[in-house]
Formats: sequence, C-alpha cells, structure tokens
Amino acid sequence: MLYRENGQFKASYAADQQIFPILQDRVAIGALLAIAFIVLPLFGSEYLFRAILIPFLILALAALGLNILVGYCGQISLGTGAFMAVGAYGAYNFLVRIDGMPLIGAMLLGGLSATVIGVLFGIPSLRIKGLYLAMATLAAQFFTDWAFLRISWFTNNSSSGSVSVAGLNVFGLPIESPVAKYLFCLVVVCVFALMAKNLTRSAIGRQWMAIRDMDVAAAVIGIRPMYAKLSAFAVSSFIVGVAGALWAFIHLGAWEPAAFSIDRSFQLLFMVIIGGLGSIMGAFFGAAFIIVLPILLDQIPQWFGIPLSTATTSHLVHMIFGALIVFFLIVEPHGLAKLWSIGKQKLRLWPFPH
Amino acid sequence: MGFFLETLFGGLMAGMLYSLIALGFVLIYKASGVFNFAQGAMVLFAALAMARFAEWIPKWLGFDNLIVANLLAFVAAMALMIALAWAIERLCLSKLVNQEGITLLMATLGISYFLDGLGQTMFGNDIYSINVGMPKDPAMILENMFEGGLLLSKEDLIAAIIAAALVALLALFFQKTATGRALRAVADDHQAAQSIGIPLNRIWVIVWSVAGFAALVAGIIWGSKLGVQFSLSLVALKALPVVILGGLTSVPGAILGGLIIGVGEKLSEIYLGPFFGGGIEIWFAYVLALAFLLVRPQGLFGEKIIDRV
Amino acid sequence: MKLRPFALAMALATVGAATLSMPAAAQQANEQFFPLLVYRTGAYAPNGTPWANGKQDYVKYINATGGINGVKIAYEECETGYATDKGVECYERLKGKKATLIDPQATGITFALTDKAPVDKIPLITLGYGLAASQDGGVFKWNFPLMGSYWTAADALIQHLGKKEGGLDKLKGKKIALVYHDSPFGKEPIPLLQKRAQMHGFELVLLPVTAPGVEQKATWLQVRQQRPDYTLLWGWGVMNSTALKEAVATGYPREKLFGVWWSGAEPDVKDVGANAKGYSALALNPHGTESPLVKDILKKVHDAGQGSGPRDEVGSVLYMRGLLIQMFAVEAVRTAQAKFGQGKVMTGEQVRWGLENLNIDDKRIGELGLAGLIRPLKTSCTDHMGSTSVRVHSWDGSQWKMQPDWYEADKSVIDPMVREAADRYAAEKQIKRRDASDCNA
Repeated sequence: MLYRENGQFKASYAADQQIFPILQDRVAIGALLAIAFIVLPLFGSEYLFRAILIPFLILALAALGLNILVGYCGQISLGTGAFMAVGAYGAYNFLVRIDGMPLIGAMLLGGLSATVIGVLFGIPSLRIKGLYLAMATLAAQFFTDWAFLRISWFTNNSSSGSVSVAGLNVFGLPIESPVAKYLFCLVVVCVFALMAKNLTRSAIGRQWMAIRDMDVAAAVIGIRPMYAKLSAFAVSSFIVGVAGALWAFIHLGAWEPAAFSIDRSFQLLFMVIIGGLGSIMGAFFGAAFIIVLPILLDQIPQWFGIPLSTATTSHLVHMIFGALIVFFLIVEPHGLAKLWSIGKQKLRLWPFPH
Repeated sequence: MGFFLETLFGGLMAGMLYSLIALGFVLIYKASGVFNFAQGAMVLFAALAMARFAEWIPKWLGFDNLIVANLLAFVAAMALMIALAWAIERLCLSKLVNQEGITLLMATLGISYFLDGLGQTMFGNDIYSINVGMPKDPAMILENMFEGGLLLSKEDLIAAIIAAALVALLALFFQKTATGRALRAVADDHQAAQSIGIPLNRIWVIVWSVAGFAALVAGIIWGSKLGVQFSLSLVALKALPVVILGGLTSVPGAILGGLIIGVGEKLSEIYLGPFFGGGIEIWFAYVLALAFLLVRPQGLFGEKIIDRV
Repeated sequence: MKLRPFALAMALATVGAATLSMPAAAQQANEQFFPLLVYRTGAYAPNGTPWANGKQDYVKYINATGGINGVKIAYEECETGYATDKGVECYERLKGKKATLIDPQATGITFALTDKAPVDKIPLITLGYGLAASQDGGVFKWNFPLMGSYWTAADALIQHLGKKEGGLDKLKGKKIALVYHDSPFGKEPIPLLQKRAQMHGFELVLLPVTAPGVEQKATWLQVRQQRPDYTLLWGWGVMNSTALKEAVATGYPREKLFGVWWSGAEPDVKDVGANAKGYSALALNPHGTESPLVKDILKKVHDAGQGSGPRDEVGSVLYMRGLLIQMFAVEAVRTAQAKFGQGKVMTGEQVRWGLENLNIDDKRIGELGLAGLIRPLKTSCTDHMGSTSVRVHSWDGSQWKMQPDWYEADKSVIDPMVREAADRYAAEKQIKRRDASDCNA
C-alpha cells in the first residue's frame, strides 16, 4: 500500500539508471544512513560499536570484495584471509616505514599491495577453474600465513612477530574512541559500497557476469577472459585488502597472522553465500547474520536461565551454524538478498496480491 | 646419503597417510560430483567415536579385553558412520541434486561445521587415545651400510601397508562387484545411470558409507599416531593438494599424488627450508600442486574437461 | 511457501535487534565481577579446559568461604577458542559489566588487549605468558606477568641445562635446538636464547612448527640430522604430544628434551604414556591434591556438587595454574581492600594498585594452604612479575615428579633486555615512562 511505484515516471536516462529507482527505497536508504551516521553515534553503547558494529562494517566490506570475485565473476576463492593479511601488513609497513604517511594513504597502498598479490594468484584462473582454482587461492592463504610469520622484515623485525599500531588519526582527527572508529569505518564502507555498486552496473561488471555465466560463450562474443578475470581479482583484492587494513588497524590494534587464518576465509565465504551471491546488499546481510548469530546463540540460553556450559554453547553454535548453512543452500540458494527482494515484491502487491 | 634416504622414506610414509584421507575425497567426488570438504570432520568424528566406544563398551559390558573392545568399537563406529551417511543423503544431498559444484561444496562446509560440533558434544573435547597396538619405537635397518643405520618408523610402515591394502580393497570393490559397477556408472553420468534403473539415492548412501569407512580407517591410523582431538580434522587440509595433484576422480591418482606430495614436502622442508627460515612444507605442497595444475589443469589422472558452447 | 523463510529471517532479525538493545543484566551491588576468558573448544581445548576449571573452582571456593571480606565474586565465562578476534569480542562484551581484572589465557589476545586495557582501566594478569617486556611496570602499567615470562622461562631452562652439565661454561660448543610453536608465543623466547648462546658459546638451532602443530615429521628429521645435545620444546596444545610422539618415532632420547611450563602438563603426555618417560619440563606451579588448599576445595566445592569439571582433574598441572591465577587475583583485591576499604567492591584501578603491591610472603602462603609449594611473591611499581622462581618436573611414565631445585632468572641478563624492549615499545606507542609520583598513587 505504502510501497508502490505507481505514478513515479522516469523521464530521463539519469532517472532510469538510478541505483534506487523507487522513491520509497531512496527514502528508506536515506533514513538508514541517517540512523547510521547520526542516531547510532549519539545513543550506541561502547559494546555495540566495538563488538558488533565495527566488526560488522569491516567484514561486510571484505565480503563485498569477495562477492565481486565469487558472486559477479564466478571465480571461487578460499584465500580471502590471505588478501586481508596482505592489505593489513602492507598498510602497516607503509605506515611505519614512511614518515608522515597518512592513515588513509597507507590503507590505500595496503589495498594496492593486496591487488598485486591478488592478480598474481589470479593468474592461474586463466587456465584452471572451479575447485582447482579454489586450491590456488588456498595456496595463497598458506603462503601468506607463512610469509608474515617467518619474514621478519614484514613485521618491522618485531621479536615476537606480533605488530601493533597506535595514535591513528585522519586529517588530524584522532581515531581512538569507539564512535570515531565506527564513523571512520562507516565512511570507508559507504564509499566502497557505492563504488562497487557502480562498478558492477558498468561495462566491466557486465563482462564479469558474462564470464561467470559461461566463459566460453563470453569469449565468443568478444570479452577478453584474461582482462575480465584479472580485473575482478584486482578489484576484489583491493577492497579485501583495505578491509584487512581496517580489521587490523581499527578493530584489533595489535595482530598476528592468525587473525587472517583460513577460518577467516571460510567465514567470509559463508557471509557471501548466506547473504547472496552477486549482490552488494547481500554482503551486508551476510556479515550481519554471521556476526550476530553466534552472539545471539551465546546469550539466548542465559535469558531463559538454562545453565549451559561454555563448551556446550560453543559446540551448539557450530552445529546450528552448519545446519543453517545447509538449510539456506537448500531452501534459498541465493541467500538473504533474494529473500529481501522476494519480500519487496510481496510488499509491492500487498495487501491486494492480485 | 643415509639421511636423504631417511627423509625419502619419511616422505613416502607421510604421503601414504595423506592418500588415505585423499581417498575419501576421491570416492565421493567420483560418485556424486561433490567435493566433500567435510572429509576432515568425518575423520575426526570417526576417530572420536572409535576412541570413546573403545573406552565405554568395556565399561558397559563389564569386560576387560583390548582386542574385543577395539573390534566392538570399530563395529559401533562403522554403524555410526553408516547412519551418518544415510542422514547426510536424506537431509542434505537429495535436496541439492543438480545444483552447481560450488553450492555442494558449501553444503559440505556446513556439514563439516555441524559434525565438528556434534562430535565434540557427543564424545567430549579432551584428548583421547586409540590403542590398536601400533608399535611406537623406530626400527634401524641397513646398519652395516650407513653409519648409525637408517631410521624407519614401524608405525608409519604399518600404516602405509594398511593404506595400500585399503586402496587395493576399494579398487577390487569398484571393479568386481555389481555395486562397484553401479557406482562407476553413476559417476559417469547419473541421469543415464538412473534411466537404466540404478537407484541414485541408495548409491549415494553406499558411497558416503564407503567414504565413512575410509574416514574411520584414516581416523584410527592418524588418531593412534597423533591422539584424538580437534586438530585431527585439520589433516584434511594436508590432503587437499594430494587430491588436486592426483586428479579429483582417480583412485590411483590419490595414491601417486600422496607419494609425490609427501616426498616433495619433506625434501623441501629439509633441504630448502633452512634457506627460507623453515616451516615451508604446508604451502610448498600447495605450490607443487599448483605448478602441476598449470601444466595439466585436470590433475595427473583426472578426466580432461572439454568446454562446449 | 516462499514467504516462510522470509518470515523466519524477519523473526530472527527481530530477536537479534532485541538482544543487542537489551541492557546487560543488572548486577548485584556488592559483587566483584571477574570475567573469565576461556577456551573449552577447538585445537587447544584439552589444555584450556583444566585451566578454565581451575579458575572457576577458585572463585566458587572463595564464595563458599564467605567471599573477599564479605564481597562475593560474580563471574561469567566467555569462549575465545584461542582466537584473537573472539577474545577481543569477549573483552568488549564483559568489560561493560564492570570487569575489574582479566586473564586473557592466550598470548595473542594479550597482545591485542595490551593497548585497550589502559584506556578501559582494567588490569591484565598474564601469569607465565604474555609479553616478556611487560614485566616493566614503568611502561606497562596495566600488565602483570606474575611469576614469570617467556624470558625467565628460557633463562631457567638454560640454567637447568648448565646445572646438568656441571656449570654454564660447560655449555660451550654444545648444540641446543628450540622446537617452537610458530606464533608470538613461540617466538618470544628467541632473543633471550640468542643472548645466552652468545654468552656461553652454545649453538642455537631454531626449528619452527606451523600451528597447531600436527605435522612435525620434517622437524624431527631435522633434529635427527642435527643431533642437538638438548632440545627445548616450546609448544602448546596438540603440538606438545605430537612432538613427544615424533621424538619417540625418531628415537630422540626423551631425557634430552626439555619443555617450557606450557609443555609440561597432563594432556601433553597422557596419550604418549610410558613412551614419554624421562621428559622434563618447567613446573611453574605445584600439582597434586595433597596441599591443604586443594583438599579444602575438594571438600567445599566438589563435595558440595559445585565442581566445574571432573573431580579427578583437580590437582592437575594446568588446573592448579588456573587456581593460582585466580588466587593472585583474589589476593590483589584483598590487598586493594586493605588500602581502599574492607568489604567494598574494588574498581579496576584499585585492583591494579593491589596487583602492584602484592606481598605474598611465606606466612601468607601458609594461610593460603600452599606452604612450601610456591615461593614468596612481591610486586612493585617497576617489577610487575614479583617472582621468577620455578622448578623442573619430570614425567616418570605415569605422573609428573617434581625435582627439588628452584631456579631464579638471572636479573643481570633479563633486566637490560626488558628495559630495552619496554623502551622500544614506549617509543612506538608514544607513551612516557611513569615517574615516581605515579607509583605511590
């Protein structure tokens, strides 16, 4: 009744090509951004920022990057953690080795380092596909795990191999308080989400999707597989690398390679699958789902006063997680984003479905 | 020279142990096109079941005999693995027929999470031991040829023999029995197989049970070697390059791949490792597999994939 | 049909929103809150579980005996799985409930929290682990590596080897291998061992093991190739038992194998059994059920049906370590109460003061029921460790046997290194060394 596009006419190409062609959507997204930028910083608790919102935003960004590769270009990656690590350590080295390097500059350079490594490990994708390619990305995972542990140059010769950053600031504004950290992440994520959305709607995005749907056919109609695949690897690794730098700098503060282990790679893949392959929105849904679910499952038994041991709870989380993944794959393989669009379709017709 | 041979032996033995796990991957991929990421979790689950049943059954029945306890535990654990195979087929795979490979891979990742939780809830999360009487001390051979002799781990040798026997058994099963032929038919083309009356669902239960059996044997051998605890599920990650190198659909490929990876990573760790600061074997295995892939994208014995528009 | 999962998702989202907006459960006014970061699952669970049970049992014991001068202890466990990001999440969650002291139970988590603790004013107690430089209270105001760090451990091990050889100078020309967990935890002792190698002229061979350490064949083949006179084992969790098994399989004598205190507990040797006979490791804390404290805990906690874990685990090495950690925590609160008011709930800052002014002398140790089992511990503004005393225990095939000699870290070796590392940290973080007036505050 309220959500209806009747009477909204598109009179120009610009209007037709908007990201949110429906007025109500624009209002909703505006309200969401207003809440995120104004209401939450005013009323959110420190726990909400540090334990939920900041990790959510950063992992959503990483999932977004991964989604470009997996969801849009159809190249599966099990090495996302590796590219996050390259971004984090790259940014760290640029920050500590070059005097006066601004935080944003270091992060972007970290992202570029991840791009280089991403393209390097993406080269096999020109020749091998599917599950075999997944192995190539796993090789990247194990290689970076090793490199950042063993090559002490990367960790600025820290004797323990753990590195940390302090006193971060952007344009002179300190990024220390949870709210500042949250807002910084939010701005970065918004910028990248907008960029990614536009990229996927452009010519290059359509090339990726053509490659994903059938690479031989795409090559026949004149798309260069090498260019399309490697550009997807490059863009994806760049975003993932920036997310890695954020994760290390903003969320953890001090880290070791284990923060970007293979578990992280799987976690991000889960986010993309549950959220929805080939959907920018899906990355956010997936990240929210995977971050909030374990916290919820931890807390629910407590409210009902069921004394569950810590170990049992944690095992239950594992089981429910596994079961939910299978459940989603069976019931809705396109993830939460698809459920969202189904919901919107229904809403358009509601309350008179015929 | 002596040390080189020792390393070579060590690598070959380790390779056979990887093959044992790789076999589980190949079996399932061959018959259902599923890349079963849960194989590692199945190894852990089977090993936990074996270790705990061997501890519990004598208590329940009130006897004290290691061999009988182990036998009964083996039977009980196998029954559990068959039940698991049935449940996986019923609740998960039968609902995902004709989905893309990546979806199925994700589903097995989900199963692996589920099994990790279930196994530890049912059987506990401490470290348990499986005692099947494997010798632990090393043997020295050729002592008159090399100074100090050549070290050979008896445990690894026995494990390698068991692995070889298991492979031979499975090869016979695939080649000689009616079920084995049906399995191969399903692997070739499951629609065609179905149309000539092969019951797909039953075949899948069988193949997951066989993979469960392979997981149980691998679990017992690895568990007796390392102790049964959570990290056992991680050895599957060591088996992945083996499968890739050997080709996803080839049993002999899993064996040969295992040997190449085993020898390759041990030699690299010992002779190249010192130049890189050590600890290189895990990624070296993957890079080795990757190098092979660039030359032969389908693996050593994999079937060639032909693209059609 | 299609709407059902959607409805489900919406329901889930609603519940989710509800949880996140729900305020933390209200706390009793007169309770001291200790968050317990633990890991009872994952690759390190066999070692993490007894540790966690020890911590919890001591809290229950204190509550059963009337609290700290009447102040009961509230606690909540949070599962970290030994993962740094989960640890940070737990920390953020529990600190909101007025956490006053945290034992992160993992080196990686300690590193991440070291930056956060001063901001939130929550002291970290890292008994026998964490950052070696954090012994220096002048820079690390909120870290308390009580009883020892990885450097004091490595120092004690070298002293023990020297004693076996009949003098540290006899180590000249020997070869000592370090088989270590490839993580900050395993790498911390390397600078000290290198320094000691330089001092005494032994050769140090470094052999990293990729975490979690289930694959060590190549490592032990290298040990066999290099034939070191002694091998130090610096592992945690499954790495320890695997190392012992590989040592057996390659015929390396267990008598020449010496572990750090994180490699010398029951889960490490249990399933190697008799084959591990002769292996020794540092013993940071006593074990066994003979002490009055443990007997009392068995009576007041376990006999009352309140035990956190199985009864036969009580008195095991890591259980006792958990117990000890919590005991120092309680003693810190007690010390703080003596200054800031008996029977009051202490804040994080007050507990920190208590930790910095701990003075557990022999008389107090006797009152605590551990007479003769631990050495006195006295912390100060500059020394956040308090004591470096440690013994060695050996596995006789079925149980750990304590050896009589006590070792103390050599201050002339350690102190300059700690000072230098702490200064470097301070420079990196742009923090100033505390001046004397801050110490008396």
